[in-house]
Amino acid sequence: METQELQAREKREVTNPAEQTKAGVVFTPPVDIFETPSEITVLADMPGVNAEHLTVDLRDNVLTLTGDVEPPEGPNERVVLRQYQTGRYFRQFSLSEAIDQEKVEANLTDGVLRLKLPKVAAAQPRRITVKSG
Amino acid sequence: MIIRRFYEWPSESTAFSELNRMRSEMESLFGRLAESLPTGFGPGVFPLINVTEDDDRLYVRAELPGVKANELEISATGNSLSIGGERKVAPESEAASYHRREREAGAFRRTITLPTDIDFNRVEAHYNNGILTVTLPKAELAKPKQITVKAA
Repeated sequence: METQELQAREKREVTNPAEQTKAGVVFTPPVDIFETPSEITVLADMPGVNAEHLTVDLRDNVLTLTGDVEPPEGPNERVVLRQYQTGRYFRQFSLSEAIDQEKVEANLTDGVLRLKLPKVAAAQPRRITVKSG
Repeated sequence: MIIRRFYEWPSESTAFSELNRMRSEMESLFGRLAESLPTGFGPGVFPLINVTEDDDRLYVRAELPGVKANELEISATGNSLSIGGERKVAPESEAASYHRREREAGAFRRTITLPTDIDFNRVEAHYNNGILTVTLPKAELAKPKQITVKAA
């Protein structure tokens, strides 16, 4: 199988993020989202974010990912060429399924977040017997 | 470049000649890196890089999320650096139905010409949180020297 060549893409800057209280640019991380009958998985590319600076928030079926990036340059470094900017990552999703908050798992490896959102076990259909009185 | 020739004609417009002078200064400043500058239209070469320097070293950084450190190929010569590898996005279970698919996989290779000569025996590369940092010590001859002025 032939491997596809990767093309450089500029990071997508968030044009109208929810009110930010911190100065600086905000980017939209590229994501993969897929669903199986039992869970939803979110994969997000957030290079430069470490686990302490990543916030995953899930409330009222709204999932919010926020990652802060510290500038990697040392204090004495002068810029020779700048092709990409660094800044905060922010993205929000509204989920249609109820998620079992207790079982959410988040894993950050090599700048990629893998978030497992297990669905709440569907309420079993119950037959209601009507009694005649 | 035709436009540039045109501007080089003697002209009374000082604004144009000033612009032209600024541009030729910019070109000589960035000339050797010009081929790797993003053109502004169309995608450039992956990965995008940031280059910084201090007195002793050059630093080349690239965002490569999800690439395994041992799958990166980095090589350096006297004044060029080459970064290659492959980013893989592992297939998920067949039962998965996708809502979004924005992350891309593929092979990449990029060679850049560095603005100074480097000591390629002491080049170091680190990969952390999806960021590759290549530290390239400048060759002794390329380092700035402090010259003391002696009073007679």
